[in-house]
Amino acid sequence: MTRTAPAVTDERIKPAGLIITLLRRPEVGAAVAALAIFIFFSVSTQAFLTPAGVATWLYSASLFGIMAVAVALLMIGGEFDLSAGAMVGTTGLIVGIVTTEWGVNIWLALVIALAIALAIGAANAFVVMKTGLPSFIVTLATFFILQGVNLAVTKIITGTVSIQGMSAVPGFDAVKVFFGSSFALLGMDVKISIVWWIALTALATWILLRTRSGNWIFAVGGQITSSRQVGVPVMKVKMGLFMTTAGAGWLVGMLQLFDVSTVQATTGIGQEFIYIICAVVGGCLLTGGYGSAIGAALGALIYGMTLQGIVFAQWDNNWLKAFLGGMLLLAVLVNLYVRRQAGVRS
Amino acid sequence: MTDAQASADPPILEVRDIGKTYGSILALQGVSASVGVGEVLCVLGDNGAGKSTFIKILSGAHAHTHGKLLAYGVERTFGSPREALDLGIATVYQDLAVVPLMPVWRNFFLGSELTRGFGPFSQLDVKGMRRITKEELAKMGIDLRDVDQPIGTLSGGERQSVAIARAVYFGAKVVILDEPTSALGVKQAGVVLKYIAQARDRGLGVVFITHNPHHAYPVGDRFLLLKRGTSLGDFKKSEITIEEMTKLMAGGAELDALAHDLARA
Repeated sequence: MTRTAPAVTDERIKPAGLIITLLRRPEVGAAVAALAIFIFFSVSTQAFLTPAGVATWLYSASLFGIMAVAVALLMIGGEFDLSAGAMVGTTGLIVGIVTTEWGVNIWLALVIALAIALAIGAANAFVVMKTGLPSFIVTLATFFILQGVNLAVTKIITGTVSIQGMSAVPGFDAVKVFFGSSFALLGMDVKISIVWWIALTALATWILLRTRSGNWIFAVGGQITSSRQVGVPVMKVKMGLFMTTAGAGWLVGMLQLFDVSTVQATTGIGQEFIYIICAVVGGCLLTGGYGSAIGAALGALIYGMTLQGIVFAQWDNNWLKAFLGGMLLLAVLVNLYVRRQAGVRS
Repeated sequence: MTDAQASADPPILEVRDIGKTYGSILALQGVSASVGVGEVLCVLGDNGAGKSTFIKILSGAHAHTHGKLLAYGVERTFGSPREALDLGIATVYQDLAVVPLMPVWRNFFLGSELTRGFGPFSQLDVKGMRRITKEELAKMGIDLRDVDQPIGTLSGGERQSVAIARAVYFGAKVVILDEPTSALGVKQAGVVLKYIAQARDRGLGVVFITHNPHHAYPVGDRFLLLKRGTSLGDFKKSEITIEEMTKLMAGGAELDALAHDLARA
């Protein structure tokens, strides 16, 4: 570093201050918002900060959080999955039907449901990559197909639109340990899904920031042709991302099924946009190439806290949607600002 | 034209009477040129002169159909860019193959990341990659305060030189630059020319494709002039002036006629 050549800097680039450096982290905005909402409901309601209250909103956040983290990875990779919500219902229904109606071993049923979910995820990826169509359209089709199939097939086989008698299936209690149990911690009744949520968020963050695969996820979402030119296996990365999202749908399907012992044919419908909103609130760009798993988890935390906080505050439930829309708009504006500050050209 | 260096080491890359036809279209014919260690070969030509075809042959994107291509004195026909790359012939395309939102160091190693550990537990050697990126860029004369800034925040010239530094680090002996200055302003183009000179001084061969004689002349050692798919000649710097070069490129008579037309209007 003893070279005499002066540093090549462009006088038009301002040195980045601490605020800008901090803002470069995609999850900062969500962290600030989460803190504000936490303080607001803690102060304004009695139940929010009680152990039971905390356990309730954490549980709520965890189910959305697991999906939001997977969806965030996919969005960073430059794609959408609108079938993610319906997938939760599909996997739950598969396990429910094959065990209660056909007497299939419950462990085998889990594997079957996972295999089908992964196959659907792979099919989404395959169609998107081979045709070059936007994943928004392709997975919208998958979403409607799953929604229809969920209802129609469940009706044909069970005669109703929900699965009953799950808890009587042999082995139910053994599986419940992994997906539907809870344990006591600091006076709270902590559901196992919260552990899954935190573990998966940590895993996703590690993958994104510290592994080769993570580097490739950012790359394919940021600039797909450049990624190809430097030898990133684009098809493999996208395939993995769609399958991860589908796999997360399976996990959440199982977490719900083994928690409440029943599943409706309409489970998960309408949630797909909430996952995307959580990811965007957490700093993901809709155009791909930028975002964070922790941010998405925080986005889900915001959603969970607000969902339960509004109940604790005994407000009209409908305010939730309005709030969600407001959050989304705010997040997108913050993202836009950050992107400009980061000075991204072209 | 290569007699002068026949006794020394063979040039890194040499073409003799090379040509390419696409079906019945003669895209390039009868072109001879060479680039050796620490040399800059400028390939000049107007639009449609055959510059792109020439790059594609050198970089391995298209195989030539006539003449000979020699790498280190051995005759070759490249079947893919990978084959050219394995021989140390790297091409930096106009779009640079960078991801604007990603940090400089991640871009530098994209697709060839350094990892530690093995199997599912292998993770990026972040420290190592940051350090190497900083060092390699310093060798090119770029001193970045922060290799963590998104590469999109660098100026066009700097991005160009990151791409060159990357090619060099990953084993390039010859760097083919496809119109690196065409989209840049005067000052930024100057920055890139400086990096080309820097690469040359480090013993690399550089093939610099451009349509601007004013960019080519200061850094070039040899000049290959193309026009309508044929070679107008391969000149040493001592054999040609910038005015002659400009005239040859545009076609002297045509330029005179144009000047005449404009003057009257």
